[in-house]
Amino acid sequence: MSGAVSDPELVEFVYHEARLIDEKRFVEWLDLFTEDGLYYMPLTRDQPDGRLHTSLYYEDRLLLKVRIERLHHPNAFSQSEPSWCQHVLQAPRIESRSEDLAVLRTPYVYAESQGDRQDIYLAVAWHHLTLREGRWRMKMKKIDLLNRSAALPSIQLFL
Amino acid sequence: MSQYLSDPARLRALVQPDRVHRDVYLDPGIFELEMQRLWRRTWVYVGHESQVPESGDFYTADIAGQPVVMVRDANGAIHVLLNRCAHKGSKVIGAQAGNCKGYLRCPYHGWIYRADGTLRSVPLKGGYDGTRFQESQAANGMTRVAHAGYRGFVFARLSATGPAFEEYFGSSLSSIDNMVDRSPKGRLEVTGGVLRYMHHCNWKLFVENLNDAMHPMVAHESSAGTARDLWKDHPADEPKPMVIEQFVPFVSNYAFFDGMGVQVYENGHSYTGVNFSIHSNYAGIPEYERSMVEAYGAQRAHAILGEARHNTVYYPSLTIKGAIQTIRVVRPIAVDRTLIESYTLRLVGAPDSLLERSVMYTRLINAPTSVVGHDDLHCYRAIQEGLAAEGNEWVSLHRNCVDGEAESLVGRYNGTSEIAMRGQFRAWAKAMAGDEGGV
Repeated sequence: MSGAVSDPELVEFVYHEARLIDEKRFVEWLDLFTEDGLYYMPLTRDQPDGRLHTSLYYEDRLLLKVRIERLHHPNAFSQSEPSWCQHVLQAPRIESRSEDLAVLRTPYVYAESQGDRQDIYLAVAWHHLTLREGRWRMKMKKIDLLNRSAALPSIQLFL
Repeated sequence: MSQYLSDPARLRALVQPDRVHRDVYLDPGIFELEMQRLWRRTWVYVGHESQVPESGDFYTADIAGQPVVMVRDANGAIHVLLNRCAHKGSKVIGAQAGNCKGYLRCPYHGWIYRADGTLRSVPLKGGYDGTRFQESQAANGMTRVAHAGYRGFVFARLSATGPAFEEYFGSSLSSIDNMVDRSPKGRLEVTGGVLRYMHHCNWKLFVENLNDAMHPMVAHESSAGTARDLWKDHPADEPKPMVIEQFVPFVSNYAFFDGMGVQVYENGHSYTGVNFSIHSNYAGIPEYERSMVEAYGAQRAHAILGEARHNTVYYPSLTIKGAIQTIRVVRPIAVDRTLIESYTLRLVGAPDSLLERSVMYTRLINAPTSVVGHDDLHCYRAIQEGLAAEGNEWVSLHRNCVDGEAESLVGRYNGTSEIAMRGQFRAWAKAMAGDEGGV
């Protein structure tokens, strides 16, 4: 079956992943991660890792689950006025590819809106995908935020 | 400027023993007065010595609305200077941190300063022959600021007058002692970057919250409560992931937070977690505990680790969590805008698992991406906007304030008392009275 998944399908994965977030289909989104999957946004440019260095996100599935379930909690006060987000992706490029591993790089604009406020971010996503049981899944989505050293407001959804 | 500047009686009336007027959070003129009378006359946290380890290293900050630079000289001494060229006022150092290679050089006309701020050279010096330059402030170089280091923590007092360092902080320094003593080598290092979280609220709302033990079970029910619910079917003796261990205590019940206790000091300082705290039940790390016993002996090591102080407030600029080695620094920008910077500290000589725990905590609780932080900030914002409502001009601080309270609030109290906030406003009122009797 090697090569059965074409490059366009890998690219489609990235578009689909962003769309699930924008449409708040978070349970489906979480299912895109492998069991040991990681959602990672480093805090600094030369950051060696997320375990012994502070990050903006360094979330395993359990922590992502807390975030997602909280969004539905009746007393998630910071979401009493719900946030919405939208990704505008540049065409993903395949950086590396083997039979069951692929890395894609996607520059994008991310907007998060709540009430009268709209915050705009620029970032590059690195999708580290792996083939598990015939299905591509995320081992890691790493996000390099352009203005990571800026004083940031609350970021409440997922880039 | 504010109506309060010309009317001291009106200013005094803003703070009563058990309530404060909403203008302390809303009035831009009050904010300006706070910068002049409170922030510039008290000891404000600048940074940690480990951020400037080598000769020539510098670290910049804006404190009380003024740019400062902390720099280490060739002899290892630390200086705090106003980051302003003596010539035309340019900030001499533009970067957040770095090394000046011995001298600070202004990027505009190349005036060069020594690490202690004195002027070393000016290009084409002959141009000043026969002028009054030598008698002017320009010849004095960059302005040196009074500063004091306490076990690595560097504070500055911008005003030439004000209380002495030890007098200002007194016994509250024991919280810094406990954090440093948790290192088997007695040393801390700032590590892993800084989280910068912009809060669109008055700085006092943030500072008050640090010793507010009545809010976690309400404000953090959705985050910590969700974590608790996700883990509830696991056996009690199953080792908990750090995420669960750190989140779940936030939704402890009122009896827990009341029993934690609060210690109040003079000048607005205080800490929660006199008896125990949300950090008390983290899993033991035997390798670390052994190294502590080796360093301090069993009795002293157990005494150090037996403390579980939650937030200590070094009023008004620094809050620390000794038990988890994270600190938050308060940088007021405007009456309704405050930058909160969070740093993580490594216990020198301790295993990496301690740092891993601190790194996770600061991300879970202090980051702009933190679900705990989101709900806190939501509440601060809600106060900032809600106080616009007419009809009740007062913010209540009545909880456990009986019989008007004593002259001094110093002592230990039940954790859910609002006495720490009343202590902060006593210090605030004293400072804001200015020359009429300020600290």
